[in-house]
Amino acid sequence: MNWSTDIMLALPEVILLASACALLVIDTFSKDSGRNITYGLAQLILIVAASVAIYLYTGETSYAFGKTFVSDPMSTMLKVVVCIISLIVFLYSHEYLKKHEWMQGEYFVLGLFAVLGMMVMISAYSLLTVYLGLELLSLSLYAMVAMRKESQAASEAAMKYFVLGSMASGMLLYGISILYGVTGTLELNQLSHMLAVQTEQNILLVFGLVFIIVGIAFKLGAVPFHMWIPDVYQGAPTAVTLFISSAPKIAAFAMAIRLLVDGMQPLLIDWQQMLVILAILSMAAGNIIAISQTNLKRMLAYSTIAHVGFLLLGILSGTEAGYAAAMFYVITYALMSAGAFGVIILLSRKGFESDNLNDIKGLSDKSPWFAFIMLILMFSMTGVPPFLGFWAKWFVLKEIVDMGYVWLAALAVVFAIIGAYYYLRIVKLMYFDKAENMTAIKASRQMRLALSINGLALLVIGLMPGFLMTLCLAALIK
Amino acid sequence: MQHTGYIMTDNMGTIYLWIVLAPLIGSIIAGLFGKTVGRSGAHWVTIIGVGISCILSLIAYKHIMFDGGEIYNATVYTWLVSGELRLEAGFLVDKLSVTMMVVVTFVSWMIHIYTIGYMHDDPGYQRFFSYMSLFTFSMLMLVMSNNFLQLFFGWEAVGLVSYLLIGFWYKRESAIFASLKAFLVNRVGDFGFLLGVAAVFMCFNTLDYSEVFRQAPGLAETTVTIFNGHEWSLMTVICICLFIGAMGKSAQFPLHVWLPDSMEGPTPISALIHAATMVTAGIFMVARMSPLYELSETALNFVLIIGAITAFFMGLLGLVQNDIKRVVAYSTLSQLGYMTVALGASAYAAAIFHLVTHAFFKALLFLAAGSVIIAMHHEQDMRKMGGLYKYMPITWFTCLIGALALIGFPGFSGFFSKDAIIEAVHASTLPAAGVAYYAVLTGVFITALYSFRLFFMTFHGKERMDRHTWEHLHETPAVVTVPLVVLAIPSLMIGAWFIGPMLFEGYFGDAIVVASQHGVLAGMGQNYHGVVSFTLHAFQQPPVYLAFAGIVVAWFLYIKFPALPEKFANIFKPVHQFLLWKYGLDDLNQFVFAGGTRNIGRLLWQIGDVKIIDGVLVDGSALAVRWFSGVVRQVQTGYLYHYAFSMIIGLLLLLAIFVHKLI
Repeated sequence: MNWSTDIMLALPEVILLASACALLVIDTFSKDSGRNITYGLAQLILIVAASVAIYLYTGETSYAFGKTFVSDPMSTMLKVVVCIISLIVFLYSHEYLKKHEWMQGEYFVLGLFAVLGMMVMISAYSLLTVYLGLELLSLSLYAMVAMRKESQAASEAAMKYFVLGSMASGMLLYGISILYGVTGTLELNQLSHMLAVQTEQNILLVFGLVFIIVGIAFKLGAVPFHMWIPDVYQGAPTAVTLFISSAPKIAAFAMAIRLLVDGMQPLLIDWQQMLVILAILSMAAGNIIAISQTNLKRMLAYSTIAHVGFLLLGILSGTEAGYAAAMFYVITYALMSAGAFGVIILLSRKGFESDNLNDIKGLSDKSPWFAFIMLILMFSMTGVPPFLGFWAKWFVLKEIVDMGYVWLAALAVVFAIIGAYYYLRIVKLMYFDKAENMTAIKASRQMRLALSINGLALLVIGLMPGFLMTLCLAALIK
Repeated sequence: MQHTGYIMTDNMGTIYLWIVLAPLIGSIIAGLFGKTVGRSGAHWVTIIGVGISCILSLIAYKHIMFDGGEIYNATVYTWLVSGELRLEAGFLVDKLSVTMMVVVTFVSWMIHIYTIGYMHDDPGYQRFFSYMSLFTFSMLMLVMSNNFLQLFFGWEAVGLVSYLLIGFWYKRESAIFASLKAFLVNRVGDFGFLLGVAAVFMCFNTLDYSEVFRQAPGLAETTVTIFNGHEWSLMTVICICLFIGAMGKSAQFPLHVWLPDSMEGPTPISALIHAATMVTAGIFMVARMSPLYELSETALNFVLIIGAITAFFMGLLGLVQNDIKRVVAYSTLSQLGYMTVALGASAYAAAIFHLVTHAFFKALLFLAAGSVIIAMHHEQDMRKMGGLYKYMPITWFTCLIGALALIGFPGFSGFFSKDAIIEAVHASTLPAAGVAYYAVLTGVFITALYSFRLFFMTFHGKERMDRHTWEHLHETPAVVTVPLVVLAIPSLMIGAWFIGPMLFEGYFGDAIVVASQHGVLAGMGQNYHGVVSFTLHAFQQPPVYLAFAGIVVAWFLYIKFPALPEKFANIFKPVHQFLLWKYGLDDLNQFVFAGGTRNIGRLLWQIGDVKIIDGVLVDGSALAVRWFSGVVRQVQTGYLYHYAFSMIIGLLLLLAIFVHKLI
């Protein structure tokens, strides 16, 4: 075994790990009360990690560390996307931390560790590596939710998240151990071979599969394993909610692909049916419950659940084109979610979170431009052409229709229409209602610029969705 | 047939792109930033935009026509590829489209300038210029398209702008009614058009013109079953569906009813959209699709008959109208009928030739009518005019040129194009050609009669206007008269210039395909020996004498014995009334279709909508969803152990469903 080639394959992770540890020390000794140094270095580390990942891209699949770690087109693509999304998230968060005079360098350090966890999940090629990455990500997120010590809501949210997350991890681990018991291997490819040679249906395998599905469903937030999402989204500081709602979903998608497709393709028939149930429940519950929410963050939490349902549709189609559609969906979702929480951060100020539906009333009078950006975000989430969200839904629906699930596609469209109600209500509030107070928006120039680009990207990429789709297909078709 | 290589020449590609973009940019600036740029800013920016477009079109014209430039066929933007379906925008610039581009941009440019004078005091000045440039953009997208999707986009976009402009004075009830009518009637046509495009995609699996035309001969014998037991030729179905679209847009019987009402819009619009360009989109489309139409004689016969009906019967209606613009509108209908007849006779080149000459002289006539309307303080009734030639010499003279061109007076542009059509129909061997020939022949007399009725009633005879108007009569300003003069020149000359090359010398190259058994123009070409002999030959044919007769009769009735028309009207009262009633088509539409639809609608509304859909489905489901939403959110109790419990339940359910199945 050649260690130097192994290290080379995992270079983005290695760089991230080393520099995040260094940053922790730097932050401790830094006298900069604005934490600009920590923030700047964190952004730099993300850029370097993404650049290295692109630089190392060969288009081939190579394994490292005894086939527990894989580097393939999908891993490069998703790592770069995670870094870009985290970059945007850090930018918005920095604005939030400044506005609320709650500058803690730990946010960025923990964020980097979470990104590391995501990258490990994305490149995992053994059941244990998946678990390792997942735990690193989850632990960082628990800590981030609890970071605001004086806030009771945040502490409560962190506690719930931690307990439920531990349960889900336990179940996942239990499923892994059953699979290991039956097949005697942890490596995904070998696992797939072992499952393929099973001649008769093994009850134990399906038993283990159910536990693994629960683990994935919890991380994605699919019904009925979604309970943590609304409480955590609402309770956590907006900067943390923003982070949880965006990049980790991409990692969860990667986890689902690694476990279900790379590892358990022979059990396709079984997990397909499970995902059908989870998808329908998520789309139904997410869209319906979102209607009666009055808190914007909570509404977006249910919207996330509904989007996860759509995402699952792409995965359950069981084809490479379907996985590509799901990847397209999750990237689109991460961009939209970052933008929507970005708008909340933009409107907030010290002592005022601006997270109620009423707070967004009359935004078009206060700031026509950002009302327009929010309009793009909401139209895109609804799935109005030509915005990116439309294409995300379109590709997924096309795949499942091609697979013969016409009834499921029809059901998905019905739920999407129900969902249109609460997205368009935001538009109505912004444009047709009078603002309750006319306090001007205060935000830095880079925040305004980044948010504008974020919103316009949904329009521009929506006008040429072929580019992103080509990338997704290239990442998944072997 | 020799195929020109479709090679992309890059700098021409850029020129074509700017031909389209320049009016669009002008439109956006005038429309969205109208307040910032102000009135003069709006007209400058749009006039410059369309001007650039016109000059570049002329360069493209020279490149393709005289320098033997390559035909350009390339995709400029791909929106989406989904399986076989490619949604993209691209340009096909060949001899046919480049001719249309020059006509569209030139007429549009002149009318932009004219509008400065006509709309001088209108509060919606910037909006008007923005719409006009947007229209130019849409029309260019339509004619330059290289695929059916973009054709459809252009088709709908020009329809939309037309609708917006007919209803431009949105406070007038009649304008709103007219715009709605245009919109609805066009929807009927567009429905057929969309079916045609869908049929093309279904059978050819592509929307690209060149690919469709390449495959078409192979599918000529294919039949499809639409209703049980009836086999239809595929080409006939496609061609008739597409032609239904053309009937809506080019106002062919029975979908012509919207065009006369569209005169509610401002006059520059009547000239630009409802005479020179948009209404000819259907003609252009059929000519563009000539490789398909040539494969279906049934469709060609259908086209011939519809064209003949429109040419003859719409001309008759022009005789009884008193509104100056409406007379010109009915004349447009009738002339569009002529073009359609030419298409049906496979004389596509003659149709496009008439389209070009008509664009110039009809725009001229409309603008002249507009000039009269300005001078008359927006009075449009010809019974209150008369003797205007003394006060408005330039308008009088240019209008005379327009009228002579329209009736086909020897030497004027309309003479060549109209005579070519009549000859072509005469030579055609299709079953419907016999009837069509007599329709277009008598049409010549009617055209001359109503044109000179308009001319004499407006410019000659007794001055019938009221005193106040009379005191203010004077020639209109230069922004109005200059476009008149500029348009009068091609109205006079363009026929003699172009008849040889356009009809008989393979002007359109490969852009138009004519099957050998339909080659009427080729047959005429063998006897063609130049403009002079063509003109002299015409004197041995009835059309010229019919046109003279029309002028003489008009002079007799409206100058010599002005009391006669009323007597005739009384003697032939039922006929006169029937014509005034426009054959009852408006009432038919109004009561049977519009009224019927409304009644069915009201019935469905009261029972279906209010009770079932609103009461139960919409309000009911909304209430149910909201209620359900309210109930379900209670599940989210906030208690950690409830959450954990729900996860366990979920796990157990999954286990129960999937593991239980195996036991």
